[in-house]
Amino acid sequence: MAVLSAFQGFLAGIGASVLGLFRATGALVLFALQGIIHMVLPTYYWRETLRQMMRIGYYSLPVVGLTALFTGAVLALQIYIGGSRFNAEGVVASIVAIGIVRELGPVLGGLMVAGRVSAAIAAEIGTMRVTEQIDALTTLSTNPFKYLVAPRLIAGIVTLPILVAVADIIGVMGGFLVGVNRLNFSASAYISNTVNFLEAGDILSGLYKAAVFGFIITLMGCYHGYNSGRGAQGVGNATTNAVVSASVLIFAANYLLTELFFSA
Amino acid sequence: MTPKIALKDVHKTFGTKRVLRGVTLDIMPGESMVIIGGSGTGKSVTIKSVLGLVQPDKGEVWVDDIRADKVRGGKRDAMLDKFGMLFQGGALFDSLTVWENVAFRLRRRMDKAEARDTAIAKLRRVGLGPDTADLYPGELSGGMQKRVGLARAIADEPEIIFFDEPTTGLDPIMSDVINELIREVVVEMGATAMTITHDMSSVRKIADKVAMLHDGVIQWTGPVAELDHCGDPYIEQFIHGHATGPIEAVR
Ligand SMILES: Nc1ncnc2c1ncn2[C@@H]1O[C@H](COP(=O)(O)OP(=O)(O)OP(=O)(O)O)[C@@H](O)[C@H]1O
Ligand SMILES: [Mg+2]
Repeated sequence: MAVLSAFQGFLAGIGASVLGLFRATGALVLFALQGIIHMVLPTYYWRETLRQMMRIGYYSLPVVGLTALFTGAVLALQIYIGGSRFNAEGVVASIVAIGIVRELGPVLGGLMVAGRVSAAIAAEIGTMRVTEQIDALTTLSTNPFKYLVAPRLIAGIVTLPILVAVADIIGVMGGFLVGVNRLNFSASAYISNTVNFLEAGDILSGLYKAAVFGFIITLMGCYHGYNSGRGAQGVGNATTNAVVSASVLIFAANYLLTELFFSA
Repeated sequence: MTPKIALKDVHKTFGTKRVLRGVTLDIMPGESMVIIGGSGTGKSVTIKSVLGLVQPDKGEVWVDDIRADKVRGGKRDAMLDKFGMLFQGGALFDSLTVWENVAFRLRRRMDKAEARDTAIAKLRRVGLGPDTADLYPGELSGGMQKRVGLARAIADEPEIIFFDEPTTGLDPIMSDVINELIREVVVEMGATAMTITHDMSSVRKIADKVAMLHDGVIQWTGPVAELDHCGDPYIEQFIHGHATGPIEAVR
């Protein structure tokens, strides 16, 4: 009997977690839909949106740029090691470019921005929740989704591709610097190898990914901040959850998108 | 005459905590109602349920002829346009300067210069000089933040104003200035006001009517003149601040 009731308890526990998961997913989807609706329909807070673009995009440039620079440099060295085993050192330039533009630029850039921006957004909106500023917005006839969520979502979707485009250039440059100075490629050959084998689709697929990641990053920041628990601890949890969930969702979305581009 | 605001048998439970257990209260147009009651009895929850910031589990909330607890979308925005609210904690937007906070709603129909001038005039009414206009809320003291919140609540001359503990954290002189201001707002602007306070001198200064909230219901309500000889044991204990009586002080 004891075994049976323990087993029942075990099943009930699983059931409760599955239900909880569905409930959380449903809440997130509703939140996202509401965010998108308010993003598209008027009224627009342009000043807020521009401010968020500066915060999310412009101030992330140093972090994303440095990440790309070192990643490009490392990639050149590693591919040289691997390529030399097949006497194919010549592929370094093209593979660095393809690797950065299709994959590492958007993913590493997205993750760096997730750490910076999701946390900041969750902390800011969470604090506004806890100190009743969101209630105050409502009583001042301002929809918090329009004033807080939509500008951040727009800023994420618009600025992430721009950030990643810059990261692409800097990453390829990192590979170039190592290729020319360390691996003794000729500068002109490295550049022509990079340019000749890179297709528009490579670059575009990376930028699409970036736009999706920008949405995920800002959405997770807003969602966790908006639903923050009470007190400083509530805001702390919201911040952590925002970064963790944004990072995991970036990896998951990255696989799905890559699969999509792969079949297309 | 129909009440401006009517709460009918409003219930609200948070988790297992039954905060409101059937609050019924009418506030007439142009009347200044003061709600008193112990800390944590649900006074703030009561006014938030009128604004729809807290959704009642049961009961009805009416503002004019609108069901405030049911209204959504554009109608809700129109209803909220009638309100000004001072939150207990101020709830100033800390990414905006003081004058931008005060002028938040004015900016929809005024240009920047006019909104700023109006904001500075409102700040003067709560005893703050123009030098505070360009500061951020984080740079102000608690009592100054409270007064900025008050200026924001009255800035757009709303029909209905809620003040959640307007004088808490202010010195006695400033408290009196604020009490006077609230009285003026009701008399001059003809606004309907609902004020929460613990301060009995404020009650006597600003109230037309008083309601006492305890155990999730309104224990007593009546004109402020009757407060001292109403014979209600809850009111007696509260206004004299006795530790013993029907209101249990948990120690
Ligand atoms: N959002 C919420 N979630 C959970 N509990 C809440 C929430 N808001 C209020 N409560 C609870 O409801 C009760 C009443 O809160 P309320 O803020 O209305 O008290 P109050 O009468 O305004 O007290 P005070 O005079 O101290 O401000 C408290 O016990 C509080 O813990
Ligand atoms: Mg309160």
